[in-house]
Amino acid sequence: MSTLSIKATCDSRGQDSSYFVGLQEYEMNPYDEINNPDGIIQMGLAENQLSFDLLETWLEENPDASRFKRNQESIFRELALFQDYHGLPSFKNALVRFMSEIRGNKVRFDPNKLVLTAGATSANETLIFCLADPGDAFLLPTPYYPGFDRDLKWRTGVEIVPIQCSSSNGFKITAPALEEAFQLAQITCNLKVKGILVTNPSNPLGKTLTRNELDLLLNFIHIKGIHLISDEIYSGTVFNSPRFVSIMEVSDKKNLRVHIVYSLSKDLGLPGFRVGAIYSNDPTVVSAATKMSSFGLVSSHTQSLLSAMLSDKKFTKNYIVENKKRLKRRHAVVVRGLKMAGISCLESNSGLFCWVDVRHLLSSQTFEAEMELWRKILYDIRLNISPGSSCHCLEPGWFRVCFANMSEETLNLAIQRIKTFVHTVSCRKGSNIIGFNYYNSSKNSRSTKSVGNWVFRLSYSQGCER
Amino acid sequence: MELKGSSNLSKLATSDDHGENSLYFEGWKAYDNDPFHPTRNRKGVIQMGLSENQLSLELIEDWIKKNPQASICTPEGVHAFKDIANFQDYHGLPRFRNAVAKLMGKVRGGRASFDPERIVMAGGATGASELLMFCLADRGDGFLVPSPCYPAFDRDLRWRTGVQLVHVECKSSNNFQLTKQSLENAYENARKANINVKGLIIANPSNPLGTTMDKATFKMLVNFINDKKIHLVCDEIYSATVFRGPKLVSVSEIIEEMDRCDRDLIHIVYSLSKDMGLPGFRVGIVYSYNDKVVSCARKMSSFGLISSQTQHFLACMLSDEEFVEEYLTESAVKLANQHDLFTRGLEEVGIKCLESNAGLYVWMDLRPLLKEATFEGEMDLWRVIISDVKLNVSPGSSFHCHEPGWFRVCFANMDIKTMRIALARIRKFVVRENDQVQQVKKQKKTSNLGHLTLSFSSQMYDETWVVSSPRMLSPQSPLLRAKT
Repeated sequence: MSTLSIKATCDSRGQDSSYFVGLQEYEMNPYDEINNPDGIIQMGLAENQLSFDLLETWLEENPDASRFKRNQESIFRELALFQDYHGLPSFKNALVRFMSEIRGNKVRFDPNKLVLTAGATSANETLIFCLADPGDAFLLPTPYYPGFDRDLKWRTGVEIVPIQCSSSNGFKITAPALEEAFQLAQITCNLKVKGILVTNPSNPLGKTLTRNELDLLLNFIHIKGIHLISDEIYSGTVFNSPRFVSIMEVSDKKNLRVHIVYSLSKDLGLPGFRVGAIYSNDPTVVSAATKMSSFGLVSSHTQSLLSAMLSDKKFTKNYIVENKKRLKRRHAVVVRGLKMAGISCLESNSGLFCWVDVRHLLSSQTFEAEMELWRKILYDIRLNISPGSSCHCLEPGWFRVCFANMSEETLNLAIQRIKTFVHTVSCRKGSNIIGFNYYNSSKNSRSTKSVGNWVFRLSYSQGCER
Repeated sequence: MELKGSSNLSKLATSDDHGENSLYFEGWKAYDNDPFHPTRNRKGVIQMGLSENQLSLELIEDWIKKNPQASICTPEGVHAFKDIANFQDYHGLPRFRNAVAKLMGKVRGGRASFDPERIVMAGGATGASELLMFCLADRGDGFLVPSPCYPAFDRDLRWRTGVQLVHVECKSSNNFQLTKQSLENAYENARKANINVKGLIIANPSNPLGTTMDKATFKMLVNFINDKKIHLVCDEIYSATVFRGPKLVSVSEIIEEMDRCDRDLIHIVYSLSKDMGLPGFRVGIVYSYNDKVVSCARKMSSFGLISSQTQHFLACMLSDEEFVEEYLTESAVKLANQHDLFTRGLEEVGIKCLESNAGLYVWMDLRPLLKEATFEGEMDLWRVIISDVKLNVSPGSSFHCHEPGWFRVCFANMDIKTMRIALARIRKFVVRENDQVQQVKKQKKTSNLGHLTLSFSSQMYDETWVVSSPRMLSPQSPLLRAKT
């Protein structure tokens, strides 16, 4: 029997990761206010469902967009046949203008440097294919989006090496951490580092990178001669100060090693439409990425609709402002609610989630205890939230909790369930009914173990990841 | 600041392995620089290098007008907007998968049925082919491909996957049919070169031949892959372009008739780009009889999911069985008419094509017009056709054909009036070519000239048709002109 490829037989997508298990459990028992009030509430999916009404209103007011028409002319035929990987000019123009607007018009983008891809998933993978060879490495600050293990590594054969970020300074990227990661990759693991990838605003932290961090990164890549990818798919979700500062605002246009990934999945709440983009000042990267985009172009059908929508300046201005207001309000509800349950969140100003500190609820400061807590929350409390370990956080006790993908009623119910659970745990902790293991491990041995895990995982060439 | 350009990129980004420098694409550039338009640029290059089905789009357009609920943007359909816009499940919309499975069955005349659970989305057939390679083969492994074959296989199957293509030569002496001997030879050559062959990929109907595979050859093929325990990938993206008998025999039918066939080796690539004329919508499908492949492919489909807006629209349209029947029937009739018109016109000037019953193109035999029976001769002829006859046709060498003189010429991406202009140009060209050949023969008798360079003064061939067709896609189209 012919074997399949190594990629097919090995589970590099990490389907056994708690991030994905949680999603699966939700699918099997989803909360519904009427039909399944005891079901699992989905708080593990970073979706923005707060502003659909704004989009629907725009559609009602713009019937031509829906009827394959532009200026009364039918464009169906041209759309049906349009498969040029340079993308629909009107869409790219509208998209770069929208990207600029989100950045307070502090950056101007050239549509010729933009490559359209089927979602940020495809954009990230494509960029890695352009910048690194199999066996090379990219540095990523932890915690990071679990999907990166698939998107950046699976088919490219590239490795991820963590830049350790710690709660002691709010998980900020530091110079020593950058250097340590670089040394770990190049010296310890003998991997050639090709670049750094950051998410700004951060997933899962919900924070924008500070100006300091951006300067640090630019300086570091300059010294090492490596690339910087800034995944800015949450740029439109910054609802509090400090304002969003894009890497393109602070780096020189002539810097060919800085690249952006963008998408409309989070900012516009349209993950189904698969609209992603790569932006780069390097014409070779643009050229190669454009050719690669053949493997995942954006449907012309969708480009046309969004071109009309994003060209409507009045609409985009209002949308950006209103969307942020709603996210801010929702964020405040969650933070307040959790605070009343004695749970604090990392101070955040963006994103569709909170980075929640439940270290005090762990039976021990270990990942086993974190998993135990996660299982309790998933199966007993019936909330799907993502444990920090799935985001490669190096400290146990942090969870990502999404808040923009449900109604306010559902959110309140979720908070209520959390409050009840915390109250129960507090009562029981006193009486020691649940047999948690109590032991302390030093911070040092935790770091060493984590580094060990990383080294263990860098065995892609020998076989499968665990 | 570091100002060095293009340094430190991957090998993929800096090499030419994407294959887009091939002549197949060069002809397109000639077209892009000087595109034909029936009123605005009647002397321009006529695009006959793009395999598109433009003949039946108005049927779809009419359907859209009658079915506003299929769009999530119309008042009738906007109630679905939120759910659809939010839907990114890589399983795809269930009713979309159901509709595609039904369509595939219909296209095969009900002779096979398809399980919606095995349908996996991909970014067009381009994405689907690459995805399957990632699932079935590792870097350095080989896949057998009968030639002549689709030029972009070099990019789709090889570029990022690192898989090697081993061509299986097919010859004009038996109408380019695949034989057991040629398969065995190719397999053996690969083995000697230390290439681990993981599978065979065929296109049925064939691009560029326009022929469908007969049962006997198909069974031979399935036996071959079973014996060697290698995969069989059937690219069936032209399955609904079969416009006359023999009927399409799909791999899905063949395996029902064969007892000893390991179904875990069988996979299909499908798309709506050719059958429904919707390349812009990027609908690619991977269908595998192997559960593990389905599972892996589904995860990989995250890199090229179909827009949910498009899935929703197509689910509605393809579920309208009456419409689908009407479309398939009419499309086949139009293709037959267009094909016949073109081949008859060619026959009148003594140009033969490989006999075909499918596809959006013909495989034209221009060997008699070659000054020398070499690939250089083919290139010379091709350059003349592009620059003087002003037709973008695709030379056989770009399809890895092993015999010079064959060209693929597309006929379904234009209206009849444009086709008549193309035929008139060809007619003039052939007459002049024959005169030239006669002169050369005479001159060769009287002198020792080794070779002549072709010299045609650039002239346009007579066009007596005044045409006005708004239906050609060209850079003048409102889409490409539009700026905001």
